[in-house]
Amino acid sequence: MEVVQEIIAESVKSNSIGEIETKSVKSTVEVSGSVALLEALIIEGVDVIFGYPGGAIMPIYDALYDYQEKLNHILVRHEQGGIHAGQGYARTSGKVGVVFATSGPGATNLVTGLADAQIDSTPLVCITGQVFAHLLGTDAFQETDVINITNPVTKWNYQVTDATEIPEAIAKAFYIAKSGRPGPVLIDITKNAQIQKFAYEGYTKCNHIRSYRPKPVVRMSYIQQAAELINNAKKPFVIWGQGVILGSAEQEFKTFIEKSGIPAAWTILGAGAIPTAHPLNVGMLGMHGNYGPNVLTNDCDVLIAIGMRFDDRVTGRLDKYAKQAKVIHLDIDPAEIDKNVKTTVPVWGDCKETLPLLTQLVEQKQHTGWLKTFNEYTRQEVEQVIHKELNPTSGELTMGEVIKQLNDLTHGEAIIVTDVGQHQMVACRYAQFNHTRSNVTSGGLGTMGFALPAAIGAKYGAPERTVVAVIGDGGFQMTLQEMGTIMQSGVDIKIVILNNRFLGMVRQWQEMFNDRRYSFVDIQSPDFVALAAAYRISGKCISERDELPGTLKEMLEHKGSYLLEVMVTKENNVFPMVPQGCSVSEIRLK
Amino acid sequence: MSNIDKIENQKVSPSGADLEGAGNDQQEYNITVYTENQIGLLSRIAIIFTRRKINIDSLNTSPSEIESIHRFNIVITESEEVVRKLCRQIEKQVEVLKVYYHTNADVIWQELALYKVSTDVIAEKVSVERLLRENGARAVVIRKDYTVFETTGHREETDNLINILQPYGLIEFVRSARVAIIKNSDGFNSKLREFERLEPGEDVVENEYLNKGQKVFTM
Repeated sequence: MEVVQEIIAESVKSNSIGEIETKSVKSTVEVSGSVALLEALIIEGVDVIFGYPGGAIMPIYDALYDYQEKLNHILVRHEQGGIHAGQGYARTSGKVGVVFATSGPGATNLVTGLADAQIDSTPLVCITGQVFAHLLGTDAFQETDVINITNPVTKWNYQVTDATEIPEAIAKAFYIAKSGRPGPVLIDITKNAQIQKFAYEGYTKCNHIRSYRPKPVVRMSYIQQAAELINNAKKPFVIWGQGVILGSAEQEFKTFIEKSGIPAAWTILGAGAIPTAHPLNVGMLGMHGNYGPNVLTNDCDVLIAIGMRFDDRVTGRLDKYAKQAKVIHLDIDPAEIDKNVKTTVPVWGDCKETLPLLTQLVEQKQHTGWLKTFNEYTRQEVEQVIHKELNPTSGELTMGEVIKQLNDLTHGEAIIVTDVGQHQMVACRYAQFNHTRSNVTSGGLGTMGFALPAAIGAKYGAPERTVVAVIGDGGFQMTLQEMGTIMQSGVDIKIVILNNRFLGMVRQWQEMFNDRRYSFVDIQSPDFVALAAAYRISGKCISERDELPGTLKEMLEHKGSYLLEVMVTKENNVFPMVPQGCSVSEIRLK
Repeated sequence: MSNIDKIENQKVSPSGADLEGAGNDQQEYNITVYTENQIGLLSRIAIIFTRRKINIDSLNTSPSEIESIHRFNIVITESEEVVRKLCRQIEKQVEVLKVYYHTNADVIWQELALYKVSTDVIAEKVSVERLLRENGARAVVIRKDYTVFETTGHREETDNLINILQPYGLIEFVRSARVAIIKNSDGFNSKLREFERLEPGEDVVENEYLNKGQKVFTM
């Protein structure tokens, strides 16, 4: 803004001399494409950018030099770290994450994060530099066809070759990224467009694209049909996903289940939309979800799916999934209706709008007996699995008890960021969430290496909250260079490495399904605490039960980032488990 | 429960096939896509098919009757359920305005074919000219060395003429992609006007279940 104001001042000055006609100067100033981009970001409310400079994005970084007061740029150590940080930021803040990368390898390093954000519906705007327009297609230095590479993993992408396109392209990018079902957008800007000066007429936010309809019109007839099914149901069951959080419909959702009295279970990305301790929250769905929600999916008479997409990890074997039930599916994305599970009543729309309409029509009820059935399954699960996982008294430490002790200290107030694997399932199963936007994990893509950079972004998205990254020894080694970002930015995150000296989830499968043939899952790790120390991050490694509460407390009370490595039992398996190819009702407790 | 029954009845495809049973019922489908004229959109649409390892039998894209709006005609051989899911994924693309799919019975379709034959042969063998006329072909270019004939029709018809001309030294042959007109369509102009409004009306933001009874199956 300062630069633009200076430019305005200058042009007004030259104008006051009376040499140029007065009309046009008032509304336009000459700015570079780079300045137009940064102005756009400020007007879109961007306060932090995760990025890494390079040759083809240098004009933007040069302009950024004058914008450091307004746009906080965090220098990451790898573009993948940058985009995961952007995802973490978007998840906890509800805003659009912004990422800068250069052309060629900078851009290709974004691909994993784009794919992750695409499948988990995370709103991102990624800006990549590109070679000069006249060099496109010449195999120029650091040229890659990033538009085509990212086609399958972006909601929308666009290549800008002329600076005049920048305001409109950025406006569309933000609108598309955050509206409807959110997703990642990539804008590739050639170097000439970054440098080029043009008559800047200000920035207008986009709120309509004629070929794009993010929000379907809500049809009352379906709401009525859904309400009728619910009111006649004896054993209704709600399953919810991230759509409730993305639509900021947590309150509407809570009101709906509380009025209808329906037990509700969550997908991994839906965790935290209502508090873990809510009496109608019956637990987690899916392969390592809770016993009751899985078994009773095949017992309910009406299944009400809200903002979830029936992922195969949730449904297990599809032809044996909820066949007895009438299915009501509330989703904003029409392509999700009937994609995996046949719907009886499709309630196509934003659940922020559809849920209150549905709540009005459903009868106030309590399904006491049905809820008791869930509680009975919970009792069995606690008895056979949970109790010994959370409260062992002998032997090596378990992952579950670390999460439980963490709960005891954070009281469900912390943001928990997880990586991928056994520790992820354990953390998501046992972590307590009092608030929405508290569970950050790579759900659909299952990206190892996600947690450390995502935790950095999560903290920027919610600076007032405690952010704990729970990571396995394998995943941590995939993006541990981001400790450099922590060191330089001074961001305060707590890292808990649950080290079982194995790639645990693959090992568990090899034990259960491959006759214990442990093929390349025995992973060695460096001295994580020493490594953290090299990055000026305090840390400790523990392996004894009596050290756990004190060290966790020390970590949480420590000013600044802290790395706690917990040596846990090597060959522990995550249960319950729906083995691949099995029905949800064939879930195993051991 | 009568309402519920009604919905289930609506979940029947226009050709009468039940959704559940449509799994292996493969046939040719004509997918019509109205889009903005945007660089790269062809690739975005093509990868929706390639990702699922579905072969595109024929693809035509050209400006529609409305300025700045392009129309794709895509032909694939698949079950209706697969086609429906594909259409929804295509319609999800930001620059796609509308997608329709139809069986061959629901459309009038044509392919254009050009045949290059030696002019000497035509001149010498009167029968060739007769054969061409019988097959509805007309000469586009007549030169000393070669003549180019054109015909339009269904695949079998244009194929048939290849077989006929082959013994007379067919030099070159090319066939266009399929273009198809939807029998029960009222065109796209009024729809586009709706799209341009900030708050489109219900009849544009369609839901397939509601339009089952109408003439045109839409998403």
